[in-house]
Amino acid sequence: MVSFSKVRKYFGDNEVLKSITFDVAPREVLCIIGPSGSGKSTLLRCINQLERIDGGRIDVDGAMVGYTEHSGRLHEMHPRQISRQRTDIGMVFQNFNLFPHMTALQNVCVSPVKVRRERKAEVRERAEQLLRRVGLGDRMNHYPRQLSGGQQQRVAIARALAMKPQLMLFDEPTSALDPELVGEVLDVMKDLAAEGMTMVVVTHEIGFAREVADTVAFMDGGVVVESGPPAQVIGDPQHQRTRDFLSKVL
Amino acid sequence: MSTDVSSGAETKAPPPLHLGEAPTVGLKHPSRWIAVLVVFVLAAMAVHSAITNPNFRWDLVGDYFWAAPIMDGLRVTLTLTVICMAIGLVLGTALALMRLSPNPVLRSAAFGYVWLLRGVPLLVQLIVWYNLSALYPRLSLGIPFGPEFVSFESNHVITAYTAAILGLGLNQAAYMAEIIRAGLQSVDEGQLEAASALGMGRLRTMMTVVLPQAMRVILPPTGNETITMLKQTSLVSVVAVADLLYSTQLIYAKNFQTIPLLIMACIWYLIIISLLSVGQYYLERHFKRGSSRQQHKSLWQHLRRTAALRRDTSALGTEGSTPR
Ligand SMILES: Nc1ncnc2c1ncn2[C@@H]1O[C@H](COP(=O)(O)OP(=O)(O)OP(=O)(O)O)[C@@H](O)[C@H]1O
Ligand SMILES: [Mg+2]
Repeated sequence: MVSFSKVRKYFGDNEVLKSITFDVAPREVLCIIGPSGSGKSTLLRCINQLERIDGGRIDVDGAMVGYTEHSGRLHEMHPRQISRQRTDIGMVFQNFNLFPHMTALQNVCVSPVKVRRERKAEVRERAEQLLRRVGLGDRMNHYPRQLSGGQQQRVAIARALAMKPQLMLFDEPTSALDPELVGEVLDVMKDLAAEGMTMVVVTHEIGFAREVADTVAFMDGGVVVESGPPAQVIGDPQHQRTRDFLSKVL
Repeated sequence: MSTDVSSGAETKAPPPLHLGEAPTVGLKHPSRWIAVLVVFVLAAMAVHSAITNPNFRWDLVGDYFWAAPIMDGLRVTLTLTVICMAIGLVLGTALALMRLSPNPVLRSAAFGYVWLLRGVPLLVQLIVWYNLSALYPRLSLGIPFGPEFVSFESNHVITAYTAAILGLGLNQAAYMAEIIRAGLQSVDEGQLEAASALGMGRLRTMMTVVLPQAMRVILPPTGNETITMLKQTSLVSVVAVADLLYSTQLIYAKNFQTIPLLIMACIWYLIIISLLSVGQYYLERHFKRGSSRQQHKSLWQHLRRTAALRRDTSALGTEGSTPR
């Protein structure tokens, strides 16, 4: 579903991703853990082209991201094509980024209606269903500022799901939340994983990673230090750096 | 507590009073009443003198209020304001987008435009447009440095009226560009990322996500600009366009009733500005939606709620309620 091959990314002279290679199978849940500044967000943002990569290639659903191949050359895509690639990838941000001038329902509806040009009535019905599914059936007409952090993040998840994505990206979806609100968001994500959504999740919730992830990848200094099933990476880490990190967060 | 032996021990203490249940005595504010009195007396004096002083000639104010030349002038003032604000908005938005563009040539071009048109006095700009024919006797449409398709005498195209529109509109665009740029920049970058991640293109993001939020920042100064523009249109009298003020001047130049006629013009300006302010209030409220935790109420709902609260508290026996 997602494949990274020797991906490099620089910010100026700072090499933030150093030749990263890995694969995410369909229906797989990959959790990325690692210390601050290790490049987790950057890696995630490269998948839906919020950042451009400087080397290697990323494929999503069998198609190279951001470029088309033609007679031995890579051609940059038109912004319109990039937008189309993004519509199949849902993204959930650390600080929600809901549109504050729209109600929860409008937030969920806006993109299918305006980008996909779907019928309003159909979208609305689907959006109401999604909001009920994330437990917000009674909050549909509230504006984001009238919702708690946990509720906002659940609206954001519903908003991403409304585009019927093949793949969901989560960038520390719970780290801006009060501790008692973390659970409600993680529950929604667990359900999603159980339904077979392919997910890449950057998280500090080691418990969630252990329970839900098929694969856990530990990143440090722009490289994937080790990856494998949670029992191995979290339960029996092979590298000293992983052990040091886990001893701090567990 | 325990030192006081004489009282409290045998007499049962009354239950503690609760706000909203027991009668409440409001704090008196004598100084506020004095201030209110002073203001009222001063206002009454002003109104009294304006009414009783025959030199104000209120009869003339009434006579000319609906006079034909005044109506024509009013129409010119209003159309100029609308057209020039429209030019300012459209061109200003384009300039603001250029200022924020990644292309350095566009950025500098917009910067240069704003620098020049904000820097040169408006009066000079109006005169230059009016006298454009002195600089360019003929204007033509065609391929740059190539053949011409049509050409005109500048004097035919640039009438006093078009000169006024060009001068005011192009100048306004420079100011609007800065206001709109500030508005666009006030929108959080996360909003752009969220829109991109949802597959919105640049234009779609601008229209559905950025502009509606930027409006909260753009509208108040734009209201100011509109009011300024309304009065600024009186500058066009230098190129002999008969706006409201100039039409008024033409009349008192003949009958020498300067003050009554100026009062009449001012009343018209105040009426229009009051209407504009009402429009601005509702526009601002529309774009404020979702911006606070409270549901917004209209002014009318607000007044009714306050009145209802007053009734509730006075029913409970509030004494000495004071103006707040
Ligand atoms: N826009 C940017 N410009 C320059 N440097 C950046 C930019 N974004 C990130 N970086 C740098 O890239 C490195 C990786 O950042 P990234 O945000 O991917 O880390 P992270 O693992 O997500 O950290 P955190 O857990 O704190 O979110 C950091 O050193 C950061 O300073
Ligand atoms: Mg991060």
